[in-house]
Amino acid sequence: MTLPLNLIGNTPLLHLAQIGATLAPGVKLYAKAEWYNLGGSVKDRPALWMLRDGEQRGHLRPGMRVADATSGNTGIAYATIGAAMGYGVTLALPANASPERIRTLRALGAELILTSASEGMDLAIHTIRDLVASEPERYFYPDQYSNPANPQAHYETTAPEIWHQTNGQLSHFVAALGTSGTFMGTARRLREDNPQIQALAVQPDSPYHALEGVKHMASTSLVPTIYDPAAPDAILEVTSEAAFTMARRLARSEGLLVGISAAANVVAALRVAQTLTEGIVVTILCDSANRYLSERFWEESDYAAGAGI
Amino acid sequence: MSTTITIPTALRQYADGKASVSLEAATVGELLRGLVELHPNLGQHIFGEGGKLRSFVNVYVGDEDIRYLQGDATPLKAGETVSIIPAIAGGNA
Repeated sequence: MTLPLNLIGNTPLLHLAQIGATLAPGVKLYAKAEWYNLGGSVKDRPALWMLRDGEQRGHLRPGMRVADATSGNTGIAYATIGAAMGYGVTLALPANASPERIRTLRALGAELILTSASEGMDLAIHTIRDLVASEPERYFYPDQYSNPANPQAHYETTAPEIWHQTNGQLSHFVAALGTSGTFMGTARRLREDNPQIQALAVQPDSPYHALEGVKHMASTSLVPTIYDPAAPDAILEVTSEAAFTMARRLARSEGLLVGISAAANVVAALRVAQTLTEGIVVTILCDSANRYLSERFWEESDYAAGAGI
Repeated sequence: MSTTITIPTALRQYADGKASVSLEAATVGELLRGLVELHPNLGQHIFGEGGKLRSFVNVYVGDEDIRYLQGDATPLKAGETVSIIPAIAGGNA
């Protein structure tokens, strides 16, 4: 018997044997199956840590609501964990967020403030900040872009899990930057365990991209304060097209239906693994494809296996 | 006849910071090619190999996605506004 919140963390580490079939015999490609988390994505980890940290600091108290601007997995994580911890959740998001997201959030009991689609996330962020400022005693605003509890979740859970699951043998860690929490927290801990570990960050090839949840750090006007540009050993650029192709390939050759940012991570991790004669490359499968099944790219024609990556 | 095309925030840095540009064009394809002629740095972000529009680039005429009109060949009428909108519904994060 266990409680729902105990289903956060301790996700399986999968061996991508088919995707990595042509790698050198001493090279392995592994990936964390983050959809095993209670709310279905890697974002459960920082959301739980930020809410618990808020409680410990006395900023989140019984009867208050959790408020933030997010149309993505973090919103679903807040709604899921808020429900399990007994807090109401209020989220601002642009009105053109996908219908399945909106329905999922409403099903979990979240109160939604839909903001103008053409104004994007910026208006949603301003809306929630105004709401919180108007009633600071009623709302707790975790602010994942600047909350150190976000990377700390990965420092305390994701990194040690990867370390133990690879018996301390991993050589490379590859993860995309969104808030940068996954990358920053995991990389910091892994380097403490073994300073030789290479930590590589994934970025879209353009600020205009389809990698949901991934931020183009070079051009954004809102660089997360938790991000240190000196932290990655290198940046790996991935095109949206390569991520689409990999998402189809993971589905059809591994039986893994994963989301677009997860597929982008695998594109980059495979690229790294292909340069090695020995090593273990670990990346993150942020969420499952079931949140993106209405995307057109599933229908697009396939290239020959391995092409275009 | 000149048509206005709006440029999403993410791409304005490649268009001298402009939010929109007005150009003479008879079709959506002509308008997009004209936009890239004016701001060549935009090209690689919206066009892929063979000069085709990248598959995730969303172009609307008024409220209609050109994928459900005639794509590149969609004719433009006076007073219509064309928009390149963000590739991710609801924006990032």
